[in-house]
Amino acid sequence: MIIKPHRGQPLWIAFLLHRISGLGLAIFLPFHFYLLGLALEQTETMDGLLRWSDYPLVKFAEFGLVFLLAVHLFGGLRLLALEFLPWSNRQKTLAASAVAISFLLALGFLMRAV
Amino acid sequence: MQESTDILEVGVWRGDVTGGQLVSYQVPRQSSQTILDVVTWIQRELDPGLSYRFSCRVGMCGSCAMMVNGIPRWTCRTHVQKVVQDNRLTIEPMRNMPVIKDLVSNMDEFFAKWKLAEGQFHGRKTRYDPIEPLLPDSPRRLAASAAIECINCGICYASCDVVSWNPAYLGPAALNRAWSLVNDERDIGQQSRLNAIAADAGCHNCHSHANCATYCPNELNPTASIAGLKRLAARAAFAGKI
Amino acid sequence: MSGFRLYLLQRITAMIMAPLVILHLGVMIFAIQGGLDSAEILSRTQGSFFWGTSYGLFVLAVSIHAAIGIRVVLFEWASFRGVLLNIISWLVFVVLITMGARAVYAVVA
Repeated sequence: MIIKPHRGQPLWIAFLLHRISGLGLAIFLPFHFYLLGLALEQTETMDGLLRWSDYPLVKFAEFGLVFLLAVHLFGGLRLLALEFLPWSNRQKTLAASAVAISFLLALGFLMRAV
Repeated sequence: MQESTDILEVGVWRGDVTGGQLVSYQVPRQSSQTILDVVTWIQRELDPGLSYRFSCRVGMCGSCAMMVNGIPRWTCRTHVQKVVQDNRLTIEPMRNMPVIKDLVSNMDEFFAKWKLAEGQFHGRKTRYDPIEPLLPDSPRRLAASAAIECINCGICYASCDVVSWNPAYLGPAALNRAWSLVNDERDIGQQSRLNAIAADAGCHNCHSHANCATYCPNELNPTASIAGLKRLAARAAFAGKI
Repeated sequence: MSGFRLYLLQRITAMIMAPLVILHLGVMIFAIQGGLDSAEILSRTQGSFFWGTSYGLFVLAVSIHAAIGIRVVLFEWASFRGVLLNIISWLVFVVLITMGARAVYAVVA
């Protein structure tokens, strides 16, 4: 996707973030489900994989995942409000707030994890 | 402020349905110069073969829209000073529409979609009936008023990425028109309009990029209108009406 | 299913997931301390009706939501159409709901 001149406005960027985070989460989910599925008969393999989360790089990747989840949630709530509640002219502020809250949440997760 | 010795480097798209490319022109800069002035100067002084479309020159007719430095603009009301970058301008025909020649785009499909969106008024009265009173400050009249000042320039349509990704999509102008009629208390064609705006090419395709609202020269907000249609269609779906 | 009904279904599943995701974020940030291990996770979830229902509902909703989302992305950005688009959408749904149901069963049962 090329950011052509007409796309360089905040709500288009908010759309791109929503789509990329959604795609990222959809790709991550099967791995997440696979790992949890190991609890059925291979808890040792599961713990082996979970120990990866002690590495700083993996922790940072988890920070990224939490951000993707949060930004898809709060960005999605903005869209639900836009579509199903009376129109508000504060869409840019709401979109920026969704990103800010998500970043803080992901940062909070990182602080607890390290 | 600008000296007439300043020269604008203008790239104008020249070609037709079979293809084309940007051709460079040097145009003297003048004060209060609009993009339409630049195009007109090129046609009058450099190349009489340049095709473009305009009529009123005062932002009412909606016929002179073009892509200026990648963004759709009404060229008669767009000052060079506002959009020029490093003394350069790129002027191209409208995006999301087939070109006819040079800066003239084919708007047939754009207008066909107004009909597809049930953009025509369906009245119940004849010329012999008395005029129906409408309260100017009723909520539906206010909602219609907010969407009504469209000049059919096609700028929202050219800026809409959903149209470029899904060419069947009715687009912001046609759906905005449908929304103003949804709020017209005199209209008796609401069920067919509902079917039209919830059909596969309908309102739910909108991703609220808000390019339309960002670039509409009359500062209308088709994104808000389409959100209104989504609510209407959702209610109708739960009520079993579509 | 019509495009509008798919759109509605995606919004409905989003509304179902919103509180569940907030809960999940809360668990991730506040309940997890000092790393992860299977015993800690299972002690919270095993035999729990609440977590079984919540995660089960989430897996159902997310499988529908993601399948419709990916369908739209493939339509708009990769020009997929027709039968192929239907097959891929169903495939996404089936893979997610199968793996998700297995994961819920694994941590709750």
